[in-house]
Amino acid sequence: MNAQLILALAITASQLILGFAMACATWRVIVGPRAQDRVLGLDTLYVNSMLLLITFGIQTGRTLYFEAALVIGMLGFTGTVALAKFLMRGEVIE
Amino acid sequence: MTQAPDLPLWAAILTAFFLLAGSLITAIGSFGLVRLKNFYERVHAPTLGTTLGAGGVLIASMICFSVLKGRPVVHEVLIALFLTITTPVTLMLLGRAALYRDRTEQQPDIPRDFD
Repeated sequence: MNAQLILALAITASQLILGFAMACATWRVIVGPRAQDRVLGLDTLYVNSMLLLITFGIQTGRTLYFEAALVIGMLGFTGTVALAKFLMRGEVIE
Repeated sequence: MTQAPDLPLWAAILTAFFLLAGSLITAIGSFGLVRLKNFYERVHAPTLGTTLGAGGVLIASMICFSVLKGRPVVHEVLIALFLTITTPVTLMLLGRAALYRDRTEQQPDIPRDFD
């Protein structure tokens, strides 16, 4: 067992686990009885995909994935806030 | 599939531990989204992933890149800071919107008013 093999197995396992987490969030987006459940599922989905991108960055050793993760974090926050505002008021920009 | 950066053994074990811990905690939080019954219970579950889970994965990334580059690389702190600031804001807005909708539609079992 050398160091690289341990790290490679751990990275692959954590990618599979994060994929399972994204599947759970997608299930809530599809099934979710009301609109707020779907928005909550979408919020979880983007956080999980951001973490998955960071594990890809560790795997390849490039910092490109970090920037993609940062962009996903910012746009996901804006999207969730806009959707919550829409659920509250019926329009996004008043 | 099994590709990994070439790290010394201690750094590889630390990175693997934080990666597995972070992703497992995130998966537990997302699984809570499936299991819990009520929206007001469900709104708490993903916060596990956005705080402790994201923290674990980001610490693993910081250790990995610091050892790879040979100097402290801490730009993951940006994501951690942003997540810590934005998660309570989004979930509070979403919870208030859900409460407003449930009250106007006279749904059963909404949280009690403490005023």
